[in-house]
Amino acid sequence: MMSGNRTSVDTAIYGFLRRIPTGMLWLIVLVWSLPTLGLAVNSIRSRDNQRESGWWTFWQDDSWTLEHYDVVFSASATASLKESLLNSFAIAIPATVIPIAFAAFAAYAFAWIDFKGRKWLFIATVSLLAIPLQVALIPLLKLYNFGSHWTLPFLDKTITLIPDFDLVNTTTAVWLTHTGFALPFAIFLLHNYISELPADLFEAARIDGADHFTIFWRLVLPLSVPVLAAFAIFQFLWTWNDFLIANTMAGTNPDAIATTIRIANLAGDFGRNEHLLPAAAFVQSFFPLAVFFALQRFFVRGILAGSVKG
Amino acid sequence: MADVTLEKVCKIYENGFQAVTDLDLSIEDGEFLVLVGPSGCGKSTALRMIAGLEDISTGEMRIGDRVVNDVESKDRDIAMVFQNYALYPHMTVYDNIGFALKLAKTPKEELDKRVREAAKILELDEHLERKPGQLSGGQRQRVAMGRAIVRQPAAFLMDEPLSNLDAKLRVQMRAEIAKLQKELGVTTFYVTHDQVEAMTMGDRVAVIKDGFLQQVDTPQNLYDHPDNIFVAAFIGSPSMNLYEATVKGSAVQLGSNRIEIGKPPEGLASRDGQKVVLGIRPEDMEDANLVEGDTTGRTISATAQLVESLGSEIMVHFQVDARAVDAGDPDVVEEISDDDVADAVARFNPRSGARAGEPISVVIDVERLHFFDLDTGLALR
Repeated sequence: MMSGNRTSVDTAIYGFLRRIPTGMLWLIVLVWSLPTLGLAVNSIRSRDNQRESGWWTFWQDDSWTLEHYDVVFSASATASLKESLLNSFAIAIPATVIPIAFAAFAAYAFAWIDFKGRKWLFIATVSLLAIPLQVALIPLLKLYNFGSHWTLPFLDKTITLIPDFDLVNTTTAVWLTHTGFALPFAIFLLHNYISELPADLFEAARIDGADHFTIFWRLVLPLSVPVLAAFAIFQFLWTWNDFLIANTMAGTNPDAIATTIRIANLAGDFGRNEHLLPAAAFVQSFFPLAVFFALQRFFVRGILAGSVKG
Repeated sequence: MADVTLEKVCKIYENGFQAVTDLDLSIEDGEFLVLVGPSGCGKSTALRMIAGLEDISTGEMRIGDRVVNDVESKDRDIAMVFQNYALYPHMTVYDNIGFALKLAKTPKEELDKRVREAAKILELDEHLERKPGQLSGGQRQRVAMGRAIVRQPAAFLMDEPLSNLDAKLRVQMRAEIAKLQKELGVTTFYVTHDQVEAMTMGDRVAVIKDGFLQQVDTPQNLYDHPDNIFVAAFIGSPSMNLYEATVKGSAVQLGSNRIEIGKPPEGLASRDGQKVVLGIRPEDMEDANLVEGDTTGRTISATAQLVESLGSEIMVHFQVDARAVDAGDPDVVEEISDDDVADAVARFNPRSGARAGEPISVVIDVERLHFFDLDTGLALR
């Protein structure tokens, strides 16, 4: 550390250096916010203004308008997002809640229940992280469309393992896929957190008469709120903004398409509705933001304070 | 309330490490038994086996008349206080204390009554609605106690419950826990590495080393009549001075000093001319200037190397020209040299004028000497 006799020049240099990280952060914030800002500005500019000039010239515009939002929200217009927003919720909510529910149980079991083959099963589960989603698209599509059948060798007899539920072009197909691909990461993430909870807590609870379910319900869940919230935010964001799976599994059914696809289609119709894109994109991005701000207060720091040690 | 009995209990871990060997221990109904030993001696393992947190490899354990080897923790009717408290951080003090009762489906009014009773005993009434994070270390410790006493269990198990408190609070809680245990009359098994805690709190103290039980007795008997060299050195602070010495009739030769011991104990009778271990407690030595009467034949002359004044007593460090003996306490890092020179500590009356660097005459209380076999370390008496 510097000694007591540091000069004013030292102080000035030190003060300057200390501000560099903060300054850099502000710069990044600015650069990253700029497109969003442009989007917001363009969403309230008229179609002609959008076509003629960049958004940064908005101060020269004669008027601003909210009519794009009206169109996007109206029930009747062909460019309405209303239906697709509901579809997005029908996909993102189960695709967020179900992996959390399953993964929390699994993570607790992997961390604190001693069963045979625990280590290898966990390694196998985490290894699934390496499987790219894209390779599973066609098999999954076949599974949803035809079910799964197996012809016994030499006997010429076909058994149905999974019947044809005719899931293709439903939102169910989309969130089922999301759920499956979310589980390895969810289990991995929650396991990391849950296994770090102090062992003494679990022993104290066991002596107090708690069984595994009580420990899970009354100790692990309340203490894991920060990680559950973190995962919920990521998973909601990812499923809400997903295009690939939604398009593959339900992209051709107008009653089941997600907002991301709807927006892409807006631009696709010979550019007819191109001027609606900024407003639509802004609406689309509103919901993940809402989820983020709703859940970020659960990132409670020091949730374990006072539990163990003095 | 019940007695707890361990018969030939062993703990062998999967990797082959034997943490506890043939532990025979019986804790009587309402007794406060302290298990004390250096770190890694198996004392916590023993406690965790009683708690049901570790399996018992071989042997039998009974709580009351019931064999509990294969009984789950929650069905053993025991309560445990953990070293780091292990409070439920998201629950209030009230819920922490009442958790076990709630799980046992105790009626609400009774739960409330018992939680408030426990809180009153522990002076936690005002903090019932707080969370553990808002409490001081001492209060947390009391919540952990409350969680145990509210259940009115057959036995309390305590795993170094005071080791996270500062020194002053520890002394205070030590007395409080001992008092509480007497009031409640619950069989208590208390594990610690601190021999002062063990001596002050226990009705009886069990000393364990490397998984082997060394001696179980009342604190005073442990101090006065240690069964072996390890117990002798472990109990008492500062530790007993232990040296090789040669028996010469009614005297022992300690280096160049001949100490007349009057009538030697029976155990020494057949050892004439042989080497034994001589143990002298620091408190059994005194400055010759302060001793009246004839001190010939029981005085050592030396030079004081270091004098530590504690107000009520002074510790005088000096050297004797004899070989020191290692008592086998892994927590003691003191180096034992192969030379025939060994450190010694004496506890003098503060009126002694001993000063570092000056010669002193140390008078030994020959009535209170301890003798041990050089090879086995067992007491000769």
